[in-house]
Amino acid sequence: MKKALVIFSLFCVCQLSAQKMYSTKSGQVKFNASSALESIRAVNNQGGSRWLESNGQLVFSVLIKGFKFENQLMEDHFNENYMESSKFPKAEFKGYINNLERIDLTKAGANEVSAEGTLTIHGVSQKMTVNGTLTVLSSGKIMLKSDLKIKLKDFNITGSYIGSKIAPDATISLYCIYE
Amino acid sequence: MHSFSLNAQTDLFKDSSSPVKEKLRSTFKSTRIVSGHSVENVGKGILDFRISHRFGSISGGTYEFFGLDNAFTRLALDYGITDRLMVGISRGTYDKEFTALLKYKILQQTTGPSAMPITMSYVGTGMWRTIKNFDPLASAFKTQNFFHSHQLLIARKFNDYTSLQLMPTMVYYQATPKPTDNNMMWSMGVAARQRVSKRVNLTGEYYYQFTPFDGYTNSMSFGVDIETGGHVFQLHLTNSYGTTERSFIHETTGKWGDGDIHFGFNISRVFTIVKPKDFKNKW
Repeated sequence: MKKALVIFSLFCVCQLSAQKMYSTKSGQVKFNASSALESIRAVNNQGGSRWLESNGQLVFSVLIKGFKFENQLMEDHFNENYMESSKFPKAEFKGYINNLERIDLTKAGANEVSAEGTLTIHGVSQKMTVNGTLTVLSSGKIMLKSDLKIKLKDFNITGSYIGSKIAPDATISLYCIYE
Repeated sequence: MHSFSLNAQTDLFKDSSSPVKEKLRSTFKSTRIVSGHSVENVGKGILDFRISHRFGSISGGTYEFFGLDNAFTRLALDYGITDRLMVGISRGTYDKEFTALLKYKILQQTTGPSAMPITMSYVGTGMWRTIKNFDPLASAFKTQNFFHSHQLLIARKFNDYTSLQLMPTMVYYQATPKPTDNNMMWSMGVAARQRVSKRVNLTGEYYYQFTPFDGYTNSMSFGVDIETGGHVFQLHLTNSYGTTERSFIHETTGKWGDGDIHFGFNISRVFTIVKPKDFKNKW
């Protein structure tokens, strides 16, 4: 049995090398729902993301409680009143990068990319296409940047201040450097 | 072997993440419950300006306009040096008293693997009463004007709705009403928070004195915390006139049963003095 496990784990190692996976645990996610009345923005530097070179499968997930605000009270309201982060601790995107095969990942340079998949925030999943830039850095590392706009009400995020002090749409910016 | 690895392709959509350790935030909604401290600190680089009002006794009736004729005000500034260490100063009109405080979060309640079940803080307060006493026969109890208090705050947030806190406390008196009284006055406080809606929480606070001075009662207070953006507005009813540790824990004379109830409120407004690193640059 033990032998079988060892052989199996060997397979896994081979599998990883055969199927290149890029990953990061320090992706940056910025969130901005500022209105004319108030600056409402937060940053999370612990976004986890992985994608496969073979088929472009991509996952991105971030813990809601990891978002840091300038104002602690705002952070508490964000967690307790709007995102209900004890109930819905994570936000994530699961999808596929389109036409990844047309990009030469060995050549330095920026490439426009899009990914199709499901974005889940506050327990609500929405299908969407996200546009971004995939840049092969001269170091060989890969950088992914993306901005997306979401409507808070599409994700069932409600509250009396949304539309006045809080903008009805939020911009989410991703910035990852993959190993 | 090669074909095997192709068949058993990695599926990133399968959730392989393990639960992580997370700090539990906002056990209480403010750094004060009613008069006494909660385990909450102001965040690093944040200045909290706090105005507390405490009115006269409701039993004063229409002549005293239910206590509103006799208002005491206390202005306080608290600042977060780190997320765990907070310092503060205040000046109150009750006994013309100055205070300085230091609060340090020793333990932080967490969720996830090897979770810490409680939050524990230490708060030390120095109090300086500056009201002039013209009575030449006044006892040392009335003229010794320095006091200090030491508290351990042990709190647990049970869920988003309910938190409880215990506060073993010692207040040091240089002089006491009777020579036989203890200079070290011990008490045990208990406090609770119950959320009733997204922005409204009910609070309560009670201090049991182990060896009270003659003629003084235990302090019992109830409050409502209302959150409005950058403010927390706290309304309360209490049998204590004073708002500093020595004056409300050990020098409360009012009795709830006799209608010696004081209305009061705290307004708190926070200002960001030092922005966190990620916010220094323009977005």
